[in-house]
Amino acid sequence: MTVTPNGFDLDNTGQRIVVDPVTRIEGHMRCEVNVDDEGVIRNAVSTGTMWRGLEVILKGRDPRDAWAFTERICGVCTGTHALTSVRAVEDALGITIPDNANSIRNIMQLNLQVHDHIVHFYHLHALDWVNPVNALRADPKATSELQQAVSPSHPLSSPGYFRDVQNRLKKFVESGQLGLFKNGYWDNPAYKLPPEADLMATTHYLEALDLQKEIVKIHTIFGGKNPHPNWLVGGVPCPINIDGTGAVGAINMERLNMVSSIIDLCTEFVNNVYLPDLVAIGGFYKDWLYGGGLSGQSVLAYGDIPENPNDFSADQLHLPRGAIINGNLNEVFDVDVRDPEQVQEFVDHSWYSYGEPGKGLHPWDGVTEANFELGPNTKGTKTNIEELDEAAKYSWIKAPRWKGHAMEVGPLARYIIGYAKGHEDIKTQVEGLLRTMDLPVSALFSTLGRTAARALEAEYCARLQKHFFDKLITNIRNGDSATANVEKWEPKTWPKECKGVGMTEAPRGALGHWVQIKDGRIDNYQCVVPTTWNGSPRDSAGNIGAFEAALMNTKMERPEEPVEILRTLHSFDPCLACSTHVMSPDGQEMTSVKVR
Amino acid sequence: MPAARMDSVLVLGIGNVLWADEGFGPRCVEALAASHALPPSVRLLDGGTQGLYLLPFIEAADALLIFDAVDYGLAPGTLKIVRDDEVPAFMGAKKMSLHQTGFQDVLATAAFKGCSPARMTLIGCQPEELEDYGGGLRDSVAAQIAPALTAGIAELAGWGIEVRPGRTETGDLADPSIRRGAYESGRPSEEVACRLGDARFFPGGSD
Repeated sequence: MTVTPNGFDLDNTGQRIVVDPVTRIEGHMRCEVNVDDEGVIRNAVSTGTMWRGLEVILKGRDPRDAWAFTERICGVCTGTHALTSVRAVEDALGITIPDNANSIRNIMQLNLQVHDHIVHFYHLHALDWVNPVNALRADPKATSELQQAVSPSHPLSSPGYFRDVQNRLKKFVESGQLGLFKNGYWDNPAYKLPPEADLMATTHYLEALDLQKEIVKIHTIFGGKNPHPNWLVGGVPCPINIDGTGAVGAINMERLNMVSSIIDLCTEFVNNVYLPDLVAIGGFYKDWLYGGGLSGQSVLAYGDIPENPNDFSADQLHLPRGAIINGNLNEVFDVDVRDPEQVQEFVDHSWYSYGEPGKGLHPWDGVTEANFELGPNTKGTKTNIEELDEAAKYSWIKAPRWKGHAMEVGPLARYIIGYAKGHEDIKTQVEGLLRTMDLPVSALFSTLGRTAARALEAEYCARLQKHFFDKLITNIRNGDSATANVEKWEPKTWPKECKGVGMTEAPRGALGHWVQIKDGRIDNYQCVVPTTWNGSPRDSAGNIGAFEAALMNTKMERPEEPVEILRTLHSFDPCLACSTHVMSPDGQEMTSVKVR
Repeated sequence: MPAARMDSVLVLGIGNVLWADEGFGPRCVEALAASHALPPSVRLLDGGTQGLYLLPFIEAADALLIFDAVDYGLAPGTLKIVRDDEVPAFMGAKKMSLHQTGFQDVLATAAFKGCSPARMTLIGCQPEELEDYGGGLRDSVAAQIAPALTAGIAELAGWGIEVRPGRTETGDLADPSIRRGAYESGRPSEEVACRLGDARFFPGGSD
C-alpha cells in the first residue's frame, strides 16, 4: 500500500478490472482498477490510449488559420477550440476586438455550454442512472402524474404522450435494434429509478434530440455555417446590417429575432425539463455520494465570458477564475496562465520525453516528443496490453499541474470556486438546489455534485445568453455595427517574434492554447485541454489525477459490470482528443471488460 | 426505381481530415463541389466527426449518400458500395465521433425517431494509413476519389437527380486553409513534426 502526496491510499493487490475502451466519451480511453474483497476500488489507473499531436502539425502554418485546424481536434468542442485559438493569436499580436464581437462570441460560447451540457446529460450520461429497458414496465398514467408533479409547466405530460413513446421504445427494443442502449447492464442493482421515472427520462432524451436541432442554429447564424462555424482573428466573420433583408451572411433583425427565440427555447427546456429531471433522478441516488475525488481539495478554473471586450481580469468574468488547494474554500488563489511556475506539464508517467526526469514545462516551453515504452510489470505486449504498469509510463496524456498540485477542472470546479468566492448567481443556485434536495454542502463533492453543477451551469449560461443578446442589440441601436478589427490583419504589421495565450472555459473545463509566432508563422503551439487535467496520469511526485482520484473507494455492485466506473468517468464529460477510426464491418464491438 | 420522393438529398462526407486516409469522405465532397453542378435539392456537407450533431441533417433528408473511409478488410484503396439496410452494419463501433457515438448510433437514433431517410448509400474506401496525424490521403486512396464520384453520380441518377459538370457553390465545406491542397502542401517536415502513433494502433506494429 502506498499513500500519494495528495492523500489517497493505493493498494493494487486486489482483483484487477480493465475497461477498454470506455464508451460514450470522446476519444480513446482505458481504465484499470483494483478492487478489494468487498468490491471497493482501491487503486485506479486512467489512460489516454491515443497519440494526439496537434501541436506539431501547426508548426509553420499561418496563425490566422490555426482556429480551422483546432476546430477539427474534436467533434464536440469545435467552437471552443476555435475561440481559444483566435484569443491566443490576438493576445500574441496585440489585437483588440470590438464590443459586438465580444457579445457574439460570448453568446456562441454560452450556447455551446448549454447545448453540450444538455447533450451530455441526456445522451451520454443519463444511461448511467436511467434504465430505458425498465421504462417498458412503466404505467403511462403514473408517468404523467410524475411529470406534472416535478414540472407543472412542461406541456408534454399526457398519459397518451408517454404511452406513444413507450410503444416506440418497445418496438425498437423488440426489433433487436437495441443499438443506442446496447452497452448497458440493465439488470444491475445499481439502477435505482422506478419505471415511471425511467420512462419520463427516456422521453426527455427524445425531446432533447429535437431541441438540439434548434439550438445549433445560433452557430449557423453567427458562424455562417454549422457544423464547423467560421471564426476570425480580430472579431467575428459576420457583418451586421440591421436593416438588411435576406442578404446572405449579414446579421439583420430577422436573424437576431431567431437568435432571441432560440435563447428562449434553451431557457425553457433547462427550467422545465433539465433541472426538474436532475432533482427527480438525483433524489433516488442521494445515498450514492461516491466520486468526489479531487473536487473536495484542489480545483481550477481560468474563467470566461468577459463582460467587456479585451478585459480578462478576474472580476470582469461571468464564469469565475481561481484555484483552491487542500480543500481550503476560504482562500481562492488567482491564476496566471503566463507565469512559468503555475501551469506546468509533467511526463514521467506519460509516453513523452523531456530528456530528464522530474521536469515540468510551462506550455510556452512545451515539448511534444513521443516516447512509447512500457514498465517492467506490464502484462501482455506492446500491441496487446493486458495490464498496465502504472509505476512507469502509462498514458498518452501529459500530467498538467498547478503549482505542483493535481487539479480537477470543469463545471463542478467552476461552481466550487464561484461558491467559495461568493459569486452571487452561483451561490444562490447551489444553496437553492441543496435546500430542495435536502443535502449538505459536502454532497457537492461527488459524482452527483458534478452532474448537478453542470445542470445549474446550463441554467446560468442560458440566462447569460440573454444578457449578451440585450447588450448586442443596445450597442447596435446606438449605431455601433463593428464586428471585426482588421488593423493588424497583415503579417507585415506583426512583430518579428511574439507569443500569446488564449483561455476559455470549455463545457468540460479550463482550456488553454499557448502560441509562439515567428516571422509570421506558428513556431510553437501547445494546447492543454480539460481532459488533460482531469484524465492526467500520476506525476513525478506520485499525485494521482482527477479521474483516478474520483474512482477511489467506490463500491461496485458487480465488478464485472462497471456501471459505477462509467458513471463517475462520464460525470466529467471526458473528451480525449477526437479521433478517427475506421468503420468496421463487425459493427457490434462492445466495451471489453476483463476481470483478472 | 425510387418510390419515395426525393425533394431533399444529403451528400455527406464524414471523417477527420487530420488523420490521413480518414479524410476520404470530406475530400470527396470537396471534389464533387469543385467539379459538378448539383441541383438545389441536393445538399453537400462536410460532416467531419460530428456524430449526433449531424442528426438534424439526416432527419431532413429523403435520401442519404455517404462518402467515408471504411474498414472492409479489403486491399487499401478498394471501393465498395453498400445500400439501405446494409449501411448501418458498416458504420460500426470503431468509428469514433461525438463522444464515441458512432455514426451507426446516429442512424439508429434516426430510426428510433422514425426519421430515417428512405434511401441510403454508402460509398466507402478501404484506407491505407490512418495513424499519421497531420497527414493527407495516401496515393491509393486519393486515386479513388474520381471513381467514388462517378459511382456517387450514378447513385444520384438512380434517384432521379441530374448532375452536370460544373461547380456547386456551398458554404458547407471545410475552411480553405484545411482543404486538401492547402492542408497537404503546408504540412511541416517529418523532422519538425513527429509522426509517431500509438504502437497498439499501428497496423502490423511489432513488440
